[in-house]
Amino acid sequence: MSAAMQVPEGLHYTSEHEWVRIEGGLAVVGLTHYAQDQLGDITYVELPEMGAELEQMGEMCVVESVKTAADVYAPLAGTVAEVNSALEDAPQLINQDCYGEGWLVKLEGFDQAGLAKLMDAAAYTALLGTGE
Amino acid sequence: MRFTPHTPEDRADMLAALGLGSVGELFAGLPEDLRCRQWDLPQGLSEPEVSQYLAKLAGLNASGLVCFLGGGFYDHHIPAAVDALISRGEFYTAYTPYQAEMSQGTLQSIFEYQTAICRLTGLDAANASLYDGGTALYEAAMMAVRKTRRKKLLVANNVSPIYRIMLKSYTVNLHLELVEADVSDPAELERLLDQDTAGLILQNPDFFGVLRDYGQHFAMVREAGGLGILGCNPIALAVAKTPAEMGADIAVGEGQPLGLPLSFGGPYLGFMAVTNKLLRTMPGRIVGRTHDAQGRVGYCLTLQTREQHIRREKATSNICSNEALCALAAVLFLGLMGKQGLVELAELNMTQAAYARERLTAIDGVQLLDEGPWFNEFRVRLPLDARMVVSRMIDKGIAAGFPLGRYYPDQANNLLVAVTEKRSKEEIGYLAEGLEAVL
Repeated sequence: MSAAMQVPEGLHYTSEHEWVRIEGGLAVVGLTHYAQDQLGDITYVELPEMGAELEQMGEMCVVESVKTAADVYAPLAGTVAEVNSALEDAPQLINQDCYGEGWLVKLEGFDQAGLAKLMDAAAYTALLGTGE
Repeated sequence: MRFTPHTPEDRADMLAALGLGSVGELFAGLPEDLRCRQWDLPQGLSEPEVSQYLAKLAGLNASGLVCFLGGGFYDHHIPAAVDALISRGEFYTAYTPYQAEMSQGTLQSIFEYQTAICRLTGLDAANASLYDGGTALYEAAMMAVRKTRRKKLLVANNVSPIYRIMLKSYTVNLHLELVEADVSDPAELERLLDQDTAGLILQNPDFFGVLRDYGQHFAMVREAGGLGILGCNPIALAVAKTPAEMGADIAVGEGQPLGLPLSFGGPYLGFMAVTNKLLRTMPGRIVGRTHDAQGRVGYCLTLQTREQHIRREKATSNICSNEALCALAAVLFLGLMGKQGLVELAELNMTQAAYARERLTAIDGVQLLDEGPWFNEFRVRLPLDARMVVSRMIDKGIAAGFPLGRYYPDQANNLLVAVTEKRSKEEIGYLAEGLEAVL
């Protein structure tokens, strides 16, 4: 792993390299810096339907890069309240700003208890350090 | 032919290497009732015996008949250049052109084929081809199911019965609802269309040769959130309203009329074209044009994440082969015809078929069904069983048409007659005189 992987404090992380940020009653979900780096240039995102009910670590969406297509999992159980439609025309936002403009999905009615199963920045950094 | 023997000594050596005493022991892991007790195969034959046997079988075919047989597959002229060009060694490869730097010629030929299919259908993108028209229709139906996440497919009963049987076989175990009905009637479509409808499958010209405009139907299905699928005849597309003009989302069809011989049912060519928004749900290979690092034009397989060698369980389809040689024949045929040539060819089909209608309907007891407009095929009702009439006509050297009773039990006396540009006025005259004599 290169030294420059960004793992911001205050987010929750999964072992499948998704992040969650709780914001105004919604859970914002995206891919980590490490995940976008591994995927390479992202060319397409297949976003879930609005209102779709997701299970924790169930399939949420698919991200395609020049190298591969990867499933992205829901870090928490919840309902899709918003999708980042900017990604339809600009999937590269995930490579450019994965913790900001490159977010994927916002969940509502999410399962608070599920947060306990996720990692904090320190634990996720340690996971990356093990070469995963 | 290379012959690699498999002698008793070879077998003993292999078994010894495995530490086994017999072939039976090798398969001991399989449950008893799953093992083959015997192979139902006749004794082998020598090469001259095989040649003789096959020649005898071939002799049983009625060949050299004047062909008025259609039903989705047509006896068109194939320019000599088509076969001469596809016979070049450079095109003889079973290899998928994954390695773009080694396969620019093959890739470009597929790209040109895709472009031709897009121009014919008016739609945005085409794949590198599928096995045949029926497979393409099924794949289109599955695209509609995937895209809409719905379960119901409406199929018009004037879609080829052969394709409808294929659709049934393919979907029988897929928890889908396949509804066959007279949905080319807008009122019937209105009645059956609902929020669970994934797609509407129509055909132009329909199985009885009638050219139709389905603009209204596709608008209705779009309104209901489903997809419009149109099966079409590629030569008719030169003169008919295109799938794009009718508002179809997916166009499919049998490419056999484009330079491929009938050859007893195959190999044929399934073509498929879609609107841009469906590009990523399209099955099969797609070739794209791009530029290399030095700015030179290059061709490569693209959007491969749809395919099973990338994500087997998420692939759009388990088909990842195409009919590259047949697609090449099609693009060569279209290139040789040219835009204007194809229009003239289509018009010639229509005029010859119109002449045949005139001649046949002049016969006492022969009744024209449907009101047209027709492309190169039409239905007539005979005073006798059509199957019997056709078999009597074979003695006169004529394949008079397709007896519809085979697929439509209530149409035993109806005959579907196809007339391509290859049928001369004289041959059409023979058909009319022959029928008159038989009836």
